Amino acid sequence: MPEGAVHQSLPHDSADLHVAGAAAYVDDLPEPPGLLHLAFGHATDGHATLRSLDLDAVRAAPGVVAVFTAADIPGENNVGPVVHDDLLLADGEILYPGQPLFLVAAVSARAARRAARLGKVSAEPRPVRVTIADAQAAGDEIETTQRMARGDADAALAAAPHRLTGAVEIGGQEHFYLEGQAALALPGEQGQLHIVSSTQHPSEVQHLVATLLNLSSADVTVEVRRMGGAFGGKETQAAPFAAACALVAAKTGRPAKFRADRDDDMNFTGKRHDFTAGYDVGFDSDGRIVGIRLTLASRCGATTDLSPAINDRAMFHADNCYFLPAVEIVSHRLRTHTVSNTAFRGFGGPQGMMAIERVMDAIAAELELDPLVVRQANLYGPGRDLTPYHMQVADNVAPEIIAELANRAGYEARRAEIAAFNASHTVLKKGLALTPVKFGISFTTTHLNQAGALVLVYADGSIQLNHGGTEMGQGLNIKVAQVVADVFGVPIDVVKITSTRTDKVPNTSATAASSGTDLNGMAAQRAAETIKRRLDDFAATVPGSADWTFQELCRRAHLARISLASTGFYATPGIGYDRASHRGRPFLYFAYGAALSEVVIDTLTGEHKVVAVDILHDVGRSLNPAIDLGQIEGGFIQGMGWLTTEELVYDARGRLLTHAPSTYKIPTANDRPQRMNIAIWERGENAEPTVHRSKAVGEPPLMLAISVFSALTQAVAAAAPGKGLPDLDAPATPERILAAIDELRARNG
Amino acid sequence: MTLLRQGSGGRVRFLLDGEVIEAADVEPTGSVLDYLRYDLRRTGTKEGCAEGDCGACTVLLGELAGDRVKWRAVNACILFLPMLDGKALKTVESLGGDHPVQREMVARHGSQCGFCTPGFVMSLYGRTIGAAGTEGMPVGDVIAGNLCRCTGYGPILAAGEAVPVSAENDTSAAEALRSLQPGYGHPRTTDELAALLLTNPETRIVAGATDVGLWVTKQLRDLGPTVFIGDIPDLQQIEEAPDALILGAAVRYSEAREALTRLHPDLGELVRRIGGVQVRNAGTIGGNIANGSPIGDMPPALIALGAELTLRRGSERRTITLEDFFLAYGKQDRAAGEFVESVRIPRPAPDMLIRIVKLSKRFDSDITGVCGALALRIEGGTVTQARIAFGGMAGIPARAKACEAALIGQPWNADTVEAAAQALADDYTPLDDLRGSADYRGKVAANLLRRIWAEQSEPVSVLHA
Repeated sequence: MPEGAVHQSLPHDSADLHVAGAAAYVDDLPEPPGLLHLAFGHATDGHATLRSLDLDAVRAAPGVVAVFTAADIPGENNVGPVVHDDLLLADGEILYPGQPLFLVAAVSARAARRAARLGKVSAEPRPVRVTIADAQAAGDEIETTQRMARGDADAALAAAPHRLTGAVEIGGQEHFYLEGQAALALPGEQGQLHIVSSTQHPSEVQHLVATLLNLSSADVTVEVRRMGGAFGGKETQAAPFAAACALVAAKTGRPAKFRADRDDDMNFTGKRHDFTAGYDVGFDSDGRIVGIRLTLASRCGATTDLSPAINDRAMFHADNCYFLPAVEIVSHRLRTHTVSNTAFRGFGGPQGMMAIERVMDAIAAELELDPLVVRQANLYGPGRDLTPYHMQVADNVAPEIIAELANRAGYEARRAEIAAFNASHTVLKKGLALTPVKFGISFTTTHLNQAGALVLVYADGSIQLNHGGTEMGQGLNIKVAQVVADVFGVPIDVVKITSTRTDKVPNTSATAASSGTDLNGMAAQRAAETIKRRLDDFAATVPGSADWTFQELCRRAHLARISLASTGFYATPGIGYDRASHRGRPFLYFAYGAALSEVVIDTLTGEHKVVAVDILHDVGRSLNPAIDLGQIEGGFIQGMGWLTTEELVYDARGRLLTHAPSTYKIPTANDRPQRMNIAIWERGENAEPTVHRSKAVGEPPLMLAISVFSALTQAVAAAAPGKGLPDLDAPATPERILAAIDELRARNG
Repeated sequence: MTLLRQGSGGRVRFLLDGEVIEAADVEPTGSVLDYLRYDLRRTGTKEGCAEGDCGACTVLLGELAGDRVKWRAVNACILFLPMLDGKALKTVESLGGDHPVQREMVARHGSQCGFCTPGFVMSLYGRTIGAAGTEGMPVGDVIAGNLCRCTGYGPILAAGEAVPVSAENDTSAAEALRSLQPGYGHPRTTDELAALLLTNPETRIVAGATDVGLWVTKQLRDLGPTVFIGDIPDLQQIEEAPDALILGAAVRYSEAREALTRLHPDLGELVRRIGGVQVRNAGTIGGNIANGSPIGDMPPALIALGAELTLRRGSERRTITLEDFFLAYGKQDRAAGEFVESVRIPRPAPDMLIRIVKLSKRFDSDITGVCGALALRIEGGTVTQARIAFGGMAGIPARAKACEAALIGQPWNADTVEAAAQALADDYTPLDDLRGSADYRGKVAANLLRRIWAEQSEPVSVLHA
């Protein structure tokens, strides 16, 4: 196998730069002369009619060069991706606390931030809807309720031997990318702009800036070298910062930079949607579901953003690995006067999956069965392979993975050990749970499943690789470079990775939906193969060419006037979805995995700890096992944080109270379980012809952490003798654990 | 010598990679992070939060300790420039890219997005050279003040564990530090400080800046005249007397930890869970007391142990119990021009039952929801002494007098503990905020007493399960 080829654990292409502090992010770039620093003046209260803005004190503040409001925007005042309801600067109405009202440009970041607090806002407060329940009571939705169904759920429920209803609340999540939102705009000739943005979606930033300023897309170039983390939080949420820079650069003719303060960033950018999930499930005495109705409701926030697709994905994953013979999934998308929620790793999938895993635990508690037995009884299988959206599950490896993990990790023996532990302890109780993951891969909005790449081979045999995907730490660039190096049979260092630019590859989709490698890897492979074919064809005409080095081949091909550059394009085949009926094949394939988590709780304080975790995850044939393992571990820990320590708290006016790491607690190194065994499933191979038969890995592992929540549920149950499912909501903070114990003890007398 | 600075104009001299850097006209509350990034263009040190909670800005600060340099990791985002005066600084760029910690981070895939990475590198590097607050600590504790959102930490922990601790030759740095002339004019004795505060009582006292740093970075406040007390040797004394531990007000958590652990292991564990290494290397015991927070970590424990404060104004000193120092929310018994000079913590008798427990959403580097501390003496099966204090249960850290009364003179048994647990409801009206509801706080405070009883017969800590 040649050096640099696929299936090898190569380090991240920027690793040497990362550790040396030499990898440049937006704010690290040299500051051009005359640079202006920006800050938004944010609304400090919630929903209101905006009467007037008195910005005299802002303009007079030291260092302020210019102040802009909605009236200063020459084109469309919008940074919303799909529905144009996300204003860059408020106009007439304040929709949520934190909303930008005006924009300050000053000679330093501190001057801009100080001045931004001096605006006098005259606004008439209006009633606010903060919670899902508030919005439901008012019937305020960002789009009409959606319904996905197969079979007759009502009839199946009515005839079911057992029937249960219940609900679970699932909290939201802040992305907490370590690099806050940042952008830099440089004015060019004839009104053109060059924007460096920390965004997952350079093309969208380009298009939004163009319409904001009455420019064409060709006037605007957006560049991304790397992001300091994103996780979905820079898919749409990067746009306002880039747009603000573009506005100031266009208006003043000076370069402009916006680096959001952490608190401002957390207050003003969207988060994972919090959900409530209700169920009405009928099942037989083996715990096998015969009919189910799931009712999902989410807090979308003040504007549409990506909420329709996110809530769709929640519906798509409310089956997880389980066959639901008669099913209705109802999804309410609620508008609240809070910051607009957005994409976050899993994109609604985790919340849908939490709902059905809750149902599994409920059935097991009711029948007093091992929850794993109930899960296995409900898995997709031969003759039971149609999803609620009528797609056949053709690549189902969940049963194998679950059985293998249970065996490797000693599920049966550990369950017995834990029962013994719980019998001999009164304060501490342990819980164990194994939950699977099946995650659909493709953008469910079909047209987004396309990608382009540009491969340039130079006459000295060096290669520049460019594609439409963005690097946010996930290792996309090294994987795609491995694919290209493999095509040419050259060492990996020959392939130079360059920044993502809209002037190299146009009309790209966001790097999202775990699809970065699937789409861009394939496009780059095609571009490389085009050049490789030309080289091979040329070499075939020259006797003795077989002895040439790659460098020699390129030099000779150039002299023979062979083109050494090519674009490549890929559009995912075979997918399609009818959203009106919620039927079709939205996904090319599914990624699978399973995790076994063991937890211990303190029944007097609610404190808890994840003691041990075993993971078996399917990445197809891994392009880079080290990168994939990193995604699995990182995704799991991020999911564990979502379900345990990370709590978003809003006040009655919709103001976020947890807007800094002092109050919002993501996991630390000591929260990582002491025993953590992560394995890539050795037999993994994509049934679909993806790039080298690999599978996407960005999002699916996050949902492995649902095993932690289920294990905590088991531990709480062990604290209260008798049967019944603990009334535990997520995140399972110590306070919620203790409340669930008390409630179950009260219920069981 | 001008001890008091208002506005800019101060001069700061420090060592960076062997070179003396002089910053003139510094803002007293300008951050070291901004100076590095935007003046020196050393952009490897990152801003992740600007409040000392993420560690992306971790740098090492060096001071002479005998003929050696003692290094400590700190957060540059809330380190004011004057605090750099006369010291040595190392940033990620100082390591050159090929240090074993950096090589291990690459080899073990310890970086993904790379933004937090320089901070981790500096924390791990600090451990390998025996920097303050890392001695004998597991790698997990060394990096608990560094947040990573990508990796899940496994590869970073492995990288840290792969590099052994070994002292670096710092002779030349020590030499350079010896000949470095500080430029800012911080007070160097307690007498100087006392005189300054007497004539300028409105002066803001800054010790570690782990709290006031946020007034600047987050509230954008102008602190007015400031005085930095972190480098006053008299205030950094640790005296381990047979009957008490006496800590100068500017003793940092990291420096106090061993002595506190010797006083009682629960105190050491409490300190381990205050901030991260970087915060413990900056924050002081005196600052934690003097700022009067209802959820400060140390006060409940120190009140239960019967600690006393020495306050000084000019040449006058007075001693009060710590519990009397806290008058009401945001109000302490400290006169204008007065400052906390030291805290004296009586050494508990070996037969005392001491328990100090901190509850928070996250174990490490989190602010207390409820902190309970209890000191009991049980003689012949009867409780003869009880001092109990809680944080997070009222506007100030306060004694639980009703609970104590329910214990004293009673037999040490489950019924007494239950009565004492229920008596807490008479002692407190708990806080109700994002760290916990009043109901939860009231419930767990009582449960902490029940847990102390339960632990006599079974293990109760999830951290050691």
